[in-house]
Amino acid sequence: MKKIPLVLAFLVISGAALAVSDPRELLPDPAQEARAETIGQQLRCLVCQNESIEDSNADLAGDLRRIVRERVRAGDSDAAVMAWMEARYGSFVRLKPRLTFGTVLLWGAPIITLLIGALAVFRYRRTGAAEAAPLSAAETAALGDLLGKT
Amino acid sequence: MARRRLILLAPLAVLAAAGFGFFTMLNRMQKGRFDPHDIGNPMLGKPMPDFDLPGVGGAGFSSADLRKAAAAGPIVVNFFASWCIPCANEAASLANLAKSGVPIWGIAYKDKPPAVQNFLTQGGNPFARLAMDAGRVAIDFGLFGVPETFIIDRHGMIAWHHAGPLDDTSITNELLPKLALL
Repeated sequence: MKKIPLVLAFLVISGAALAVSDPRELLPDPAQEARAETIGQQLRCLVCQNESIEDSNADLAGDLRRIVRERVRAGDSDAAVMAWMEARYGSFVRLKPRLTFGTVLLWGAPIITLLIGALAVFRYRRTGAAEAAPLSAAETAALGDLLGKT
Repeated sequence: MARRRLILLAPLAVLAAAGFGFFTMLNRMQKGRFDPHDIGNPMLGKPMPDFDLPGVGGAGFSSADLRKAAAAGPIVVNFFASWCIPCANEAASLANLAKSGVPIWGIAYKDKPPAVQNFLTQGGNPFARLAMDAGRVAIDFGLFGVPETFIIDRHGMIAWHHAGPLDDTSITNELLPKLALL
């Protein structure tokens, strides 16, 4: 009976459904498991290339999840686990690319787009606000004619 | 006025550049020189990982065995599986390669000995040595699927890598020229 609140608590905090199909995959220590999940969510499954290894059902993703947990249990830091993966699969394995010389344009794209937009607005407003040239003598006369006629 | 006209041409220029890019991609895909799913392999140019794998029935091999054998001349290492259809498709080309005298060592990926034996009986066995891997060594090689093929050079380095099935064209155009350089 004492276990009921505990079971309810687990039901409430079960969180997002990930691809972990076998509960034996999970680490017994919840703090370590949470760390492993956070790391796994940043790692690309190389088979279904737009899913993280936590989301993918592919065999390889399962293997990689197991390795992440192994490393976490062995006391590796998050950075060390990511580096382990990157040594084998390259920077592509990171779902969030790091800011390097090759990815400057990627990370800078929002700022560049914003700057282009700002420039366009600035130019548009300047030409829009430019004052019209004063009327010439002939135009003033023509205008006077028109106004006089009505 | 000339400037305005130039600005109007800009979208056309962008479109032309994109079109050229897509054309090049499709063209290379058709010729097998570009694979959008290939992620490259950062292990290229690095020493091969250490491993010691069991065989299929008989003895397997370790990285030490491979390094020792490769010291005499580069060795092609092929990861395959009996359950993998592209692997069955590349079997004939691998058999030709083996017949031409190139040593190929095979690693069966996530497989069972009887299934491997059956696969090799049916499709021919091009492998000088054979081992089985449950998946861990493959990850150390940066493998993301089967088949994948590597060349181990005289210094035990990974000198070449190909993801996906080999065919006579890719063997003649890529693998053999690379072998000739090593």
